[in-house]
Amino acid sequence: MSTQLSERTESGVTGSTPFIDEAEDRSVGSVDERLEAADERFYYANPWKLIMWRFRRHRLAMISLVVLVLLYTVALFAEFVSPYTATWRAEGLQMMPPTKIHVFHEGSLHRPFVYGLEKTLDQETFKYIFTEDTSTPYPILFFTQGVEYKMWGQWPMSIHLFGTGLDAPPVMLFGSDQLGRDIFSRTIYGSRISLSIGLFGVLISFMIGIAIGGISGYFGGTTDELIQRMIDVIISIPLIPFWMALSAALPRTWTSTQTFLAITLILAAVTWTGLARVVRGKLLALREEDYALAAQVAGASKSRIIFRHLMPGFTSHLIVSVTLAIPVAILGETALSFLGLGIQPPAVSWGVLLQDGQDLVAVAQQPWRLIPALFVIGTVLLFNFVGDGLRDAADPYSA
Amino acid sequence: MLVYIVRRLLMLIPILLLVSFIAFFVIELPPGDWVTTYVSQLRASGIELSSQEAQRLSQLYGFDQPTYVRYFKWVQGIVLRGDFGWSFQWGKPVGEVIAERLPITLTISLLALVFSWLVAIPIGIYSATHQYSLIDYLATFIGFIGLATPGFLLAMILAWAANQYFGFSALGLYSTEFLDKPWSTAKAIDMLKHLILPLVIIGMASAGSTIRVLRGNLLDELKKQYVVTARAKGLSEMQLLFKYPVRLALNPVFSTIGWLLPAIFAGEVLISIVLSVPSIGPLLLRSTLAQDMYLTGSIVLILSALTIVGSLISDIYLAWADPRIRYGGLSK
Repeated sequence: MSTQLSERTESGVTGSTPFIDEAEDRSVGSVDERLEAADERFYYANPWKLIMWRFRRHRLAMISLVVLVLLYTVALFAEFVSPYTATWRAEGLQMMPPTKIHVFHEGSLHRPFVYGLEKTLDQETFKYIFTEDTSTPYPILFFTQGVEYKMWGQWPMSIHLFGTGLDAPPVMLFGSDQLGRDIFSRTIYGSRISLSIGLFGVLISFMIGIAIGGISGYFGGTTDELIQRMIDVIISIPLIPFWMALSAALPRTWTSTQTFLAITLILAAVTWTGLARVVRGKLLALREEDYALAAQVAGASKSRIIFRHLMPGFTSHLIVSVTLAIPVAILGETALSFLGLGIQPPAVSWGVLLQDGQDLVAVAQQPWRLIPALFVIGTVLLFNFVGDGLRDAADPYSA
Repeated sequence: MLVYIVRRLLMLIPILLLVSFIAFFVIELPPGDWVTTYVSQLRASGIELSSQEAQRLSQLYGFDQPTYVRYFKWVQGIVLRGDFGWSFQWGKPVGEVIAERLPITLTISLLALVFSWLVAIPIGIYSATHQYSLIDYLATFIGFIGLATPGFLLAMILAWAANQYFGFSALGLYSTEFLDKPWSTAKAIDMLKHLILPLVIIGMASAGSTIRVLRGNLLDELKKQYVVTARAKGLSEMQLLFKYPVRLALNPVFSTIGWLLPAIFAGEVLISIVLSVPSIGPLLLRSTLAQDMYLTGSIVLILSALTIVGSLISDIYLAWADPRIRYGGLSK
């Protein structure tokens, strides 16, 4: 029995209720044995395991989670992954469309490469036209020497994940902006601020939410009433105007780190209310449960009852709320920076990049300037999918 | 019922006071005040203001008084005289500046709300009754995109597309040729054309969430036994659907107006800035940047107050429409 159990732990979880993949299970043991083993595993599993199993069955949510982890990893190693730095300028290659990557040179298969570009001015429309000089292919190299940078602002390095080297024409996957900076590299660098501001903002609002919601649910009575009315009021203030008014308070002279922290706090200043409500509601409901009374009779201290007995009862809900709060914060940063009230250049975030593309004429002529927007939309969608999957998984009554 | 309404109206007073307090606190946050901003602006353009002159300005506008005195003066002015303070930037009372633009914001926001219902309610009902059909998936997908796409981006892209493919400049509220003309049918049509884009963009975002709420509720209702009973008694599917489950499922849609309104106002503000619609949005952006504090504070206050009144109306509607809500219970 025990060998079967360990064998099945991996294969069983992806199947249908109760987490048994029928096709694979047919190979081992009789029907009775199979059911027994499955049941045993199912009934002995702790709630977290159940949530994990259910979550893994949610394919869209799983894929989203993997992509999100990938995005955050890329953001962590932004300097290395991006072929250039956020401020490096390609001489004479302003407003260049995304570089085409070829695999055929003069009819024969070649490793991926780029061609050099020549810029000419169209005399009629006064637009710059880029034409490829197809005489020499410049291969895209991996782990290649490139523009110098400081890894995490500390160690000088010059190795990039990919690139064409310093002397060859640049490879700019998303094109370049009006100063000749690589939009791909800037998007990667920007993801660092945009992705982390969501996490930190929600982390702070999470702490405020738990503290205030906890106080509200724990004390009840007048305190609860006051806090709840306060939350009602804060919720009724339209977010963007409120954020705008708050962020106008930031001195323009602050360093980018200070601004980053301040924006994080501003985002958290409003989003904590939702979490506080969840905590408070759940605390109020759960403290009436028999097991809370039992713990009290057994002589458990109040903090032990709250953290040891009540909290685990709604941690899963909290995780869902947090997951769904992150995209709100990310959108908030983007909107504020877009208006020029958030992150200030030369610091780069997705909102700052979109601010560059604010000009409709620029967008019409250089549509690639809007590519960072796809990252914003994508990230928000991914978080929503993960949140939805978690919500289904955390609901003990769902099938 | 009447008692309930009166009670709720009375509760508005402390809530609005609290909102005014928050709004004032927010505009007090920036270091310095309008006078210091003004002085540094003058300095940037080469004019040096003497410190006495600056002090005189401070005194004139009351910046030398402690914060709480100014707060009370501000609230007192609003309550007693409907006076929201002075806009330094415009050199006019705040009330006048806002009154010029508030109707546009209100019109766009309310129309957007109605638009979102017109789109969301039929789609939501269809999605629930035809679960997992193509249109259901499509609606869910569009709903998700609507939630995930920042409205200002959509505004930019659509404004560009309108210009590129229809040769139509979606910016502003009127085409340039109508700017200083008196009202006419042509001008009204022109304005309606310009309204389409903001309406669709603001409406889409809230339509996404409305579809999801309605679909979820209707699915729950359709599983209930009274539906089976009604069907067993021979009611036609259409009659059955609209007589009971839809009515019940719609209640949460109307009761969440209180949550939708802030989002709609926020969306309106942001999108008006991008599309340069002369509403509250661009006004707010400029006033926050210039530290025109009473204007900023009043805008935040008025938008919040409108939201609160809106959700109050939806609560009253709900108490009237849903007999299960015992409003008398609140009076203890």
